[in-house]
Amino acid sequence: MAERCAVIGVGQTKHASCRADVSIAGLVREAVDRALESAHTTMTEIDAIVIGKAPDMLEGVMMPELYLVDALAAAGKPVFRVHTAGSVGGATAIVACQHVTSGVHRRVLTIGFEKQSDGNAMWALSVPLPFGMPVHAGAGGYFSPIIRSYIKRSGAPGHIGCMVAVKDRTNACKNPYAHLHEPDWTLEKAMESPMLWDPVRMIETCPSSDGAIALVLANESIADAHDGPKAWVHATAMRSEPTQFAGRNQVSPKASEDCAADLWRKAGITSPIEEIDAVEMYVPFAWFEPMWLESLGFAPKDQGWRYVEDGVTEMSGRLPVNCSGGVLSTNPIGASGMLRFGEAAMQVMRTAGEHQVDGVRKAFGHAYGGGSQFFAMWVVGADKP
Amino acid sequence: MSEDVLRIRTPIGIHYRYSAGPNASSHLRGLMEGKFIGKRCPSCTLVYMPPRSTCAKCGVLLGEDVEVGPKGTITTFCIVNVAFLGQTIKIPYVAATILIDGADLGMQHLIQECETSDVRMGMRVEPVWKPREEWQPSLANITHFRPTGEPDADFDSFSGQL
Repeated sequence: MAERCAVIGVGQTKHASCRADVSIAGLVREAVDRALESAHTTMTEIDAIVIGKAPDMLEGVMMPELYLVDALAAAGKPVFRVHTAGSVGGATAIVACQHVTSGVHRRVLTIGFEKQSDGNAMWALSVPLPFGMPVHAGAGGYFSPIIRSYIKRSGAPGHIGCMVAVKDRTNACKNPYAHLHEPDWTLEKAMESPMLWDPVRMIETCPSSDGAIALVLANESIADAHDGPKAWVHATAMRSEPTQFAGRNQVSPKASEDCAADLWRKAGITSPIEEIDAVEMYVPFAWFEPMWLESLGFAPKDQGWRYVEDGVTEMSGRLPVNCSGGVLSTNPIGASGMLRFGEAAMQVMRTAGEHQVDGVRKAFGHAYGGGSQFFAMWVVGADKP
Repeated sequence: MSEDVLRIRTPIGIHYRYSAGPNASSHLRGLMEGKFIGKRCPSCTLVYMPPRSTCAKCGVLLGEDVEVGPKGTITTFCIVNVAFLGQTIKIPYVAATILIDGADLGMQHLIQECETSDVRMGMRVEPVWKPREEWQPSLANITHFRPTGEPDADFDSFSGQL
């Protein structure tokens, strides 16, 4: 990296199933204003804007970054749009980071958003493809067979998904911005939750949310002068692979494993479970927590579910995962990845409030998207890299 | 305030002209004759059915046509129990990934003629075709797959496809 980069501002909206009080522009602006305030800066000091959201068909507003120029005071500034499906929030933050590390810009605003109530994501993700058989049934229909493969391969007991779901829903109650605040879940009650996409139960699925998040990223001299909390970007990595090819490992895609290996190498981390203090991982279906623990190198193959069962990923555990409540509690798709990156930064900045983990020096943010084919990850730390 | 219009529903539509391309075309012509035609990768020799234009692993164009099937093995599946806009199949239904015999890439299809609770990973299935006069160049020529009654395939024989 030519330049160091730090997160100096984080702002997010209150997430909800329908934010009827704001338009897309108003929603985005709410997050931006909070991010600028926490960065002690203003729109005029922003050099460039990097914005991402999931496919435009989810709201039916094509290239919304054009209409958002006014709301973002972006006229005359470089605006860069990122498209990597569900991983887009992570990928967008990484692209914004590269705007700084390249030395081209000093202070960059980056935004991820989705207003799911303006459209119908289940429909948008289930459009029949020509000449095929229309058996598709949304993201749940896509990921459930992969989860079944994981359960069979690893020998995991059936209650693991519910354990993850109860943990994340409980954690979300400590996060005032989270969409779902459901304090009364127990494992017993969760196991009675209906099977929507067997083997995936309703509680093991993410909600549809309206929401946005914005980060202010700055170069070293600005971050050094910033009188407030900051999280230094230690490493970033992105990888992708096609959805279909012969012999593809769909449970732990090669792109995921390669991306993680590249990230740990760049961050100088040899034992992720020893060296990472807090994890914000993209888990839209509960079973993906043990699956990613293995794929990313936190747990040995086929053992990720044991970490869940033993409470390792609880907020009080050895490797706290999704203290914010995660995607299972809040899912404005295009923002979800950046929420993971931003929440990881908040843990390092010690601004996570009630869901703050003590003594976080290094945190990991993660996003994936498409058919488990796009991956974006970063490590942020309290110390300069 | 309560009179304010905050939201309206506006249906939109887009019409596409879809070009199948040469590789998918041989597959679609096969379906018009009741056959599964895949393509072999000249580098890794694995068979794509339905065919793609390239083998993404080897980065090369796929080569010769290979007739595969018609029977296959369920590698994994989902029991869909959720209703949604645009759904064309009555719930609950089993959407399965089927590895057609001789192919190295699973395809999605519907399993019927058995209880959803009887469907298993490794279950052997065969296609049920619509009457010939209704055939189009589409996998929808097959209404569904049904169990053959053969013994289940060994997990190790398809675990590399998951």
